[in-house]
Amino acid sequence: MDVQYWTYLIVGLTFALYIGIAIWSRASSTGEFYVAGGGVPALANGMATAADWMSAASFISMAGIISFVGYDGSVYLMGWTGGYVLLALLLAPYLRKFGKFTVPDFVGDRYYSRTARIVALMCALFVSFTYICGQMRGVGVVFSRFLFTEDMEMLFGWEQITWGVLIGMTIVFFYAVLGGMKGITYTQVAQYCVLIFAFMVPAIFISIMMTGNPIPQLGFGAQVTGEDVYLLDKLDGLSQELGFAAYTDGSKSMMDVFFITMALMVGTAGLPHVIIRFYTVKKVSAARVSAFWALLFIAILYTTAPAVSVFARTNLLESIPGKSYAEAPDWLKSWESTGLIAWIDKNDDGKIQYEKGDAFTGKPVYDDAEAGKNGERLLVNEPTSNGNELYVDRDIIVLANPEIAGLPNWVVALVAAGGLAAALSTAAGLLLVISTSVAHDLVKKTFAPGLSDKKELTIARCAAGAAVVIAGYFGINPPGFVAQVVAFAFGLAASSFFPVIIMGIFDKRMNREGAISGMIVGIVFTAAYIIYFKFINPAANTKENWWFGISPEGIGTLGMIFNFIVAITVSFFTPRPPQDVVDMVEGIRQPEAEGEELAVADH
Amino acid sequence: MSDENSSKPPANAYWRANLIWVGILMTIWFVVSYGCGILFVEELNKIRIGGFKLGFWFAQQGSIYVFVVLIAAYVLIMKKLDHKYSKKN
Repeated sequence: MDVQYWTYLIVGLTFALYIGIAIWSRASSTGEFYVAGGGVPALANGMATAADWMSAASFISMAGIISFVGYDGSVYLMGWTGGYVLLALLLAPYLRKFGKFTVPDFVGDRYYSRTARIVALMCALFVSFTYICGQMRGVGVVFSRFLFTEDMEMLFGWEQITWGVLIGMTIVFFYAVLGGMKGITYTQVAQYCVLIFAFMVPAIFISIMMTGNPIPQLGFGAQVTGEDVYLLDKLDGLSQELGFAAYTDGSKSMMDVFFITMALMVGTAGLPHVIIRFYTVKKVSAARVSAFWALLFIAILYTTAPAVSVFARTNLLESIPGKSYAEAPDWLKSWESTGLIAWIDKNDDGKIQYEKGDAFTGKPVYDDAEAGKNGERLLVNEPTSNGNELYVDRDIIVLANPEIAGLPNWVVALVAAGGLAAALSTAAGLLLVISTSVAHDLVKKTFAPGLSDKKELTIARCAAGAAVVIAGYFGINPPGFVAQVVAFAFGLAASSFFPVIIMGIFDKRMNREGAISGMIVGIVFTAAYIIYFKFINPAANTKENWWFGISPEGIGTLGMIFNFIVAITVSFFTPRPPQDVVDMVEGIRQPEAEGEELAVADH
Repeated sequence: MSDENSSKPPANAYWRANLIWVGILMTIWFVVSYGCGILFVEELNKIRIGGFKLGFWFAQQGSIYVFVVLIAAYVLIMKKLDHKYSKKN
């Protein structure tokens, strides 16, 4: 069977599974809709958290990015896993003990302030929306790459990617609106299984091919099959021969690596769609256990990804540079036809030169009126003056892996299903945060405290529906700044939520005045720095102009430090928090009674 | 973080034990990731284990394994503490 049919079959089967689960686990109350009734087993919650967390970016793009930056890619590996230690030790158990549904709930009650609640609510909405637009785009990209071919006649003459986003929207809409957190949780469990299987199968095969070791985590530290050299040494050598930095050395400054890693860790621990998952378990101890499962499941992918990066990079550097186009491997041509690879024969020798630097400016734009001398697709892009002739999209590392390894067609189809599972599960989790924020924090707690449970549930469903449509719109018409805003999401979570929750638990003296001024200083500083370098004056976005050499990606860490300093200083000069708040903080620090199961707060 | 001991002692013992363990585990967390993986990466890269330079290994593998173990340790420690202190109440 060819790739196309396998893809239809496997993607079709997984979608049927997701929808089946959604029907089986419909939510009937707000408690079920927001936090799955607070009754999800720790293991299942860990798996759901892992799927929730690992987005299309983790699945498709991360191994590719690391492949091209080597050691510097460690910021993502450590940053996106180390945050779970913070969650398990400093946040999740206490938030679960506190009960209720959301982060703004905690902020509003702990700091006895509507203003604080609304600031937290706005941050939650902003962070979730930035994130979800990227996910919808990811769904569209996977669909258009695997399910539709480029010359396929599309209904209404719309683009492939538009249809991809629309189908993704429909699926997510169906199970998020119907099932709420309960439906999402159990679909995410299924999605985790699909995505991890799809990621591991090609990785294991390639590891065996290149090093003879079936465990990729060990394989990339092993010797190359049939040669007396370690794989990483070989890759360092190949990289330096072509003028790249050695793979195992970075090119970022140590200061910047430190700050970016910290911002990503702290940001992860402060992301509302991750935190909310810990409200769904029965007990405080289960919140800790599910953080353990979550990180374990995440670690399987995150320790395999750097191995995949090394295998693919070595493969690329070995099989392409200096080869003539005619003798280049087939996958080069098949991915060239999808626009992820481009070659521009600058010196007209028919051979592919691959060196440091961009081959041309921007993404490739092809002129398919006629083929080039060697049969390649011609480009209209302006070539740069360096010697590099090859453009390689980073996503190719994961997407083309099965083909490079010569794996059967069903594995290629599996990767498509895995990419979709990763994008859909994250999108659904974010949708839920948005609908909860709107229905619970905004409508119920801010405007209409007397709302009945049934009405609130209806509003939550409508909000989820509206959010799908908005996210879908931005998925089809992505604002040019989507990639830039991701730095925003982490920076804001790091500089606002994280300090405010930590101080709420660990500093009894922290009061309303301190928390609000800290949040405002943290957010304004971080946002101003990012907006200046990313939007107002992108030309100045270089090492020399950054404060202490910290890039906009890492500035959230400094924002967090300012938040702490300002909040603690202000709290010393303003009145203590009222006694009932102090008692509440004391309460969440107590051990839970044996056998106690926390009820989901009724309100 | 500042913490005044304004309330009853028995509950505080649980909290204090918790804080000590959190402090120990967070120190390890910092040392393996920021220490071994970033600040001292060049020194550690002079040491090799198989094909891995040690600093590089910590940054892309070792720190993640340690994170998993840290959470597992905390789960077990708190299980003990919960058991010990919730009986008294």
